Amino acid sequence: MRKIIKSCGLHCIKIHDLGVSFDDKEVLKDINLHIHCGTITALIGRNGAGKSTLIRAIIGEIPHTGEISFRNTEDGKIRDLKMGYVPQSINIEKNTPLDVYDLITSFKYKSPVVFRSKKIEEEIKEALTEFDAADLIHESIGTLSGGQLQRVLLSMAVMDEPNLLLLDEPVSGIDKNGMDLFYEKISKLRDHHDLAVILVSHDLDYVLKYADNVVLMDKTVLSEGSATKVYNSPEFKEVFGEIYNA
Amino acid sequence: MLKDIFQYEFMKNAFLAILCISPLLGLLGTMVVQKRMAYFSDALGHCALTGVAIGVILSLSDLNIAMVIFGWIFALILNRIRRKKLLSSDTVISVLASAGMAVGLAILSRNGTFSNYSAMLVGDVLSIKRSELLWLFILLLFGTGFFLYFLNSLTAMSIHETLAKSSNIRVNLVEDIFSMLIATVVMLSIRWVGILLISALFILPAAASRNISENMREYTAYTIIFSLFSGILGLVLSYMVNIATGPVIVMIAAVIFFGTYIYGKK
Repeated sequence: MRKIIKSCGLHCIKIHDLGVSFDDKEVLKDINLHIHCGTITALIGRNGAGKSTLIRAIIGEIPHTGEISFRNTEDGKIRDLKMGYVPQSINIEKNTPLDVYDLITSFKYKSPVVFRSKKIEEEIKEALTEFDAADLIHESIGTLSGGQLQRVLLSMAVMDEPNLLLLDEPVSGIDKNGMDLFYEKISKLRDHHDLAVILVSHDLDYVLKYADNVVLMDKTVLSEGSATKVYNSPEFKEVFGEIYNA
Repeated sequence: MLKDIFQYEFMKNAFLAILCISPLLGLLGTMVVQKRMAYFSDALGHCALTGVAIGVILSLSDLNIAMVIFGWIFALILNRIRRKKLLSSDTVISVLASAGMAVGLAILSRNGTFSNYSAMLVGDVLSIKRSELLWLFILLLFGTGFFLYFLNSLTAMSIHETLAKSSNIRVNLVEDIFSMLIATVVMLSIRWVGILLISALFILPAAASRNISENMREYTAYTIIFSLFSGILGLVLSYMVNIATGPVIVMIAAVIFFGTYIYGKK
């Protein structure tokens, strides 16, 4: 991502009556959300509440009912939504013969990954620089630490300037220091780019500190709003108990 | 000495055939291994017999066409079942492969005529003719072209399917096309390579290459080098010691695998 744009707050991603069923089992229903650019929305809830399923439905991997639209509130036009995604983990073994260049090229470029291109390499390096990962470009991905891999995946997710960045439990396998760094980076992205972030998180402390909007889920939206509001709701206490008094 | 070997027309033809088949199998093998489809290529090989059987029943003059079409159908059905995720992949593949092979064997062994087809089990590259070489060469060009075109998508899918979908890669379509490509190559080369050895030629060079490669360029290059080296050396050695060519090639590839494994550990 090259341009540094101040987020305008005028774009809006609208999820209307979204539902997902696997065979006959209803996994998500009546999900209604408005997500504005320049904000971080955290999805929280217990395991199996459908947080990852919602992300996969938004991406379009699994079929859903209802609508997802992307609207520019200034002129009211509906535009195509560009999405970036960072998964929970990726399928790699120690000896997977891919370096960071190969990884990003395979997802983002047409030119066959076996023919190295100087131009692509420069572009990838630039994208990695934003997350202090430029020196990893020729590292084999099987040897990267959790935090390094996270930074590489983030660079890839934002390199073609998405309107919406989806992060699925992105902090597993990373130490506290790495977590702080990660959330700092996400906040910077929100502040300096024209994008909205949806983040699946298990860490309520980080959500409290960084999220602008919190969505508590269990098959549907139980409670939504600022972290303080959601953490004080009766639904939250039902799901997580009385641990939080924000 | 090499001059002696290549004074025979059949050795020249076999040499050219290996120059076509082994790099192609190796190249496709890089993605077969990366996408964990080893079982799949094996199953296709086993089902080649069914393809032949169908061709025989329909009394087609060209068995290749029956085999390729059957291979495509088999590959597509298999992908459909796999995507349902009700059974694990290896179970689905084993069930279909055993069933397919049994049907093929049953039909071909009617009236005790199986011996006409048993050569398919181990393959015989020495029996290839000039006219058939041209087809192998076309297969090499075509297969390589397809492979390069889909390489990035295949690599991305092997890393993370959802992530690939979010990058607008048509995962199911690419997977189907790649499976059909594998099926085509298996069916058209099985007579020379043999049912029992075909998956070894897909898997071994790529697996050996993974032991020592750090990126895709090295992975692909070493795989092709190992494929060609074991193919050519295998042909020459098999002539000298008078053993079937296929098994010798596979044994050499296996030695390379263990060599690189030990080297890679260091």
